[in-house]
Amino acid sequence: MHGAVVLLELGGVILGLGILGRLAGRLGLSAIPLYLLAGLAFGEGGLLPLVTAQEFIEVGAEVGVILLLLLLGLEYSASELTHNLRAGAPAGLADLVLNFTPGLAAGLLLGWSPLAAVVLGGVTYVTSSGIVAKVLEELGRIGNRETPVVLSILVTEDLAMAAYLPLVSGMLLGGGLLASALPVGIALATVALVLLVAVRYGETLSRLVFSPSDEVLLLVILGVALVVAGIAQQLNVSAAVGAFLVGIALSGHAAEAAHALLAPLRDLFAAVFFVFFGLQTDPGSIPPVALAATALALVTAATKVATGWWAARRAGVGRRGRWRAGAALVARGEFSIVIAGLAVTAGEQPTLGPLAATYVLILAVLGPVLARFIEPMVARIPRPAVAQQTTGPAGPASPSSTPSS
Amino acid sequence: MDIQETALPGVGLRHDFTTKAGRQLGVVTHRTGRRDLLVYDRDDPDTCQEVVQLTEDEADALADLLGGDRLVSHLARLQQQIEGLVIDWLEIRPGSPYADRTIADTQARSRTGVSVVAIVRGDRAIPAPAPDQRLEAGDTLVVVGTARGVRSLTALLGS
Repeated sequence: MHGAVVLLELGGVILGLGILGRLAGRLGLSAIPLYLLAGLAFGEGGLLPLVTAQEFIEVGAEVGVILLLLLLGLEYSASELTHNLRAGAPAGLADLVLNFTPGLAAGLLLGWSPLAAVVLGGVTYVTSSGIVAKVLEELGRIGNRETPVVLSILVTEDLAMAAYLPLVSGMLLGGGLLASALPVGIALATVALVLLVAVRYGETLSRLVFSPSDEVLLLVILGVALVVAGIAQQLNVSAAVGAFLVGIALSGHAAEAAHALLAPLRDLFAAVFFVFFGLQTDPGSIPPVALAATALALVTAATKVATGWWAARRAGVGRRGRWRAGAALVARGEFSIVIAGLAVTAGEQPTLGPLAATYVLILAVLGPVLARFIEPMVARIPRPAVAQQTTGPAGPASPSSTPSS
Repeated sequence: MDIQETALPGVGLRHDFTTKAGRQLGVVTHRTGRRDLLVYDRDDPDTCQEVVQLTEDEADALADLLGGDRLVSHLARLQQQIEGLVIDWLEIRPGSPYADRTIADTQARSRTGVSVVAIVRGDRAIPAPAPDQRLEAGDTLVVVGTARGVRSLTALLGS
């Protein structure tokens, strides 16, 4: 009897997510906000509280985080990460300063602990590379000249995560600044070591893991990631960091094949993770933080647009391309939730979860919409030089000669 | 021609160049093997006016259409130069002095040392034509001789 109920609830949830995903596709939105809303509805105080499938969803959510970070690590090879560092450093630094600071400041203004404020800084800092990739693809912007700028910022964020995640999870799990110095030190040293090994021996490592059989490759990589994640958890460094390092260490053939194999699995478990995050959030706790979340979302949408605009201008991209680059970066999603999830699991600052959920709900929707419509929006801004030209006698003859600076 | 290469982390590589006529073209090579053919916008050179997704096979086919065949005929021509001997195809153009005359009239062998080994007329061939064989405008002569001989015969037939 019990088995049947679990299957029914689980099937219902997954089918529901499928329908939501389809709806999101129709509307041209990311599915993440809808998954979060579904989680809110299924949770305590929601519309349809789940009873029996909770346990599976909890484990599934953990696997979801591990897969999200494993694939984030697989996305870029170690050499791409290090090569990008020099060229992308100024833009990456601007990105960090402009987008981490608002979250940090907001946390402190709300009277949170410095650690919780640092977590909120992380939430506002990371752009959702998943949403950005989808948006660039759907809008046919892969070949655009501002796209390398956008991708380069994502790569730097990826690299920053390699330092930020062990740092924050070490402090959250270690409890207190002094007590956590050792685990944080160990974690950072491990990250440095893994990066070094990956740059030097990535090819050898990948050859060891690679198998022409999809089945074997899938099982080996998933197994390695889960084991390393478990060890990391045991060492108080958070499972997510362990999985991320496995992803970074692999490159070449093995990484490409594994990425393709694991992507559907990630989509399934990541959806479960978003639902679980929603489950943990009591819908009643959202209205008190809604205003703060909205304000933070608007501020950090503006700072991301500024980041992209500036980075694209540095790269010599024209006026319209700068706005496109800025808007493309606005979306926050999976990694903001992963970071907030670390704090929620550690029991740090109870209002962080609902605030992060609301924040991501807003920006995961606003980001793609802004990316699509920023050009017509910007074109409406009256610019004296343009207005003069179009009303002047030379106007009709040269309708396209908008100044490009 | 100046082709620029740009790395697209997590996606692949982009190559682009500007044509003589001022249009910008590019190709994105995805890690998965997919190619995107890019035609950049005239007004906003940072964006693509058209992006055509091609599978690996389609990209190969397009490459053949654009230049592969020319390469093959060029190679075939190279192979025909065997130790001082050249095989070539010469057309009798309308208005050639030898249109409607016989092979003997051209005195090709005595004047240039080149032999006419076949005539291609429409979709049919006349192998080993006799000296009294009439030539028609539009015929293609298959000739064998030295490179110099073939050159002077070309001039003779054309002038």
